[in-house]
Parts: sequence; C-alpha cells; structure tokens
Amino acid sequence: MIVNSLQLFWPFSLFTIMIFIVGLYCTLVTYNFIRALIGLEILMKAVTLSIIAVGYITNHAALAQSLVITMIVVEVVVIAVAVGVVLGMYRHTHSLDVRKNRELKD
Amino acid sequence: MLAFILILISLTAVALWAAMTRSLLRSAICLAMMSSLLTMIMFMLRSPLAAVFELSVCAGLIPVLFISTISLTHPLTREEVLQHMKDRIRRFWYLPFIVVVVGVALNMISVVPRLALPLPEIEKDARTVLWNDRPIELLGQIMILLAGVFSVVILFKESGKDDR
Repeated sequence: MIVNSLQLFWPFSLFTIMIFIVGLYCTLVTYNFIRALIGLEILMKAVTLSIIAVGYITNHAALAQSLVITMIVVEVVVIAVAVGVVLGMYRHTHSLDVRKNRELKD
Repeated sequence: MLAFILILISLTAVALWAAMTRSLLRSAICLAMMSSLLTMIMFMLRSPLAAVFELSVCAGLIPVLFISTISLTHPLTREEVLQHMKDRIRRFWYLPFIVVVVGVALNMISVVPRLALPLPEIEKDARTVLWNDRPIELLGQIMILLAGVFSVVILFKESGKDDR
C-alpha cells in the first residue's frame, strides 16, 4: 500500500504547486477586494489538498482529517470577517477597488 | 491513478477559471466546483469526515457568503467594464502560461521521493483522534468561532449605528 501511495506523491505535489501559484497570482495581481479573497480561498484549497495527500501517503489519514477540519473552521471565520470588513469599506467608499481605499495609507 | 490525474487537472482548470473570469459571481461558483472536486479526492483518499465538512462548508457556505457580498455591492456599468477589461487582460494573460510552464518543468524533473515513511499507525478513526487525542484543538476551534462571531457582530453593529 505504501508503494502505491508513494506513486501519488509527485502528481499531488505538482498540482498543489500549480494551484498555489494560481491563488498567489490572483491575490497579488488583482485590485478587487472580493477577488483577492477568492485568491486566498484557492490558496487554502491547495494547502488542504496537500495535507490530505500527505495524510494518505504516510498512513495518518485520521490526523490529516482532524487538521483539515480545523483548517476549514479557520477558513470560514477568516472569510466571514473579511467579507464583513469589505462590506464596511464598500459602504464608506462605494468601491471594491483597492486603489480607492487608501485613506489609512495617505 | 488516471481518475486522480483527471480530477487534479479539472481542479487546476477550475482554479484558473476562478482567477481569470471577469464575473465575480462565476468566480464564486467556480470555488464551489473546486470544493466539490476536492471532496471527490478526499473520498478517494479515505478521508470521508473531512470530505463531508469540505462539501457542506466550503462548497455550500462560503460561496453563499461570496454571492451575498456580491449582491450587496453594485455591479460595474458597461463603460467601466470596458475600461477595466483591457487592464485585466494585460494583468492576467500571463497566468495560464506560468502555470503550464511550471507544471511542465516540474513534471520533467519528476522527483521520486525517498521518504523515510513512519511505520503505519494502527488505523484510528478521525473522531477518536479529534475528540480523544487533540481536545485542545477543539477548544481552539471554539475560540476561533467565538472570535469570528463577535467580530462580525461588532462590524455590523457599527454600520447599523451609522445608518441611524
């Protein structure tokens, strides 16, 4: 079983890296708050995929599942709070553009 | 193995679509699709409890949060869309090339792992690990949830005050 699991290591690592790049690029390049959060979600999906694959390969699926459940809880809370902040900023500036929300910086 | 590769390719394609599509609504729907594909992988990798959480929370709740936010904000006018379109294409057209080039390059390297794997543990149930072995983690989850709830309450309380 371990030999078969090890064969899965490289394809999963490869696609995890690719999805991570998509999320990172989306978060860094966009000027829209909601799209930046979507990029963050894509990053988290890549990490979840990685944890589950490593849990299966090392035969510690139960531990990986408990870590993923914790991560999902953190993910929901982060997104809920971030969405609240974005809506609050939108009410002030009527824009989701990062470039128009720089009052704190100036 | 082929099924895994097909699902992983679909997952990457949907992630690219979510990042590159102009409509935020479509991006949110793509996120739900990503979570569904991830759920399939989790079931295949014998992690059913995490898969159920992923399907109900990440494919159900989070897209709803995003769609509610998008519906609470005004969409761009046609002129604004045309104005932003060129800028978006200029910024995002590199992304598929970067992903494909990195994928091909890493595939050519094709690292064969020589990991010193730990001995297979006695197969435990995820519930046993979560409730018996890691109770502090559950306490942390409760605290994070409470912190999130209070943060959201404070955020919307302040905005309610402004409206009055």
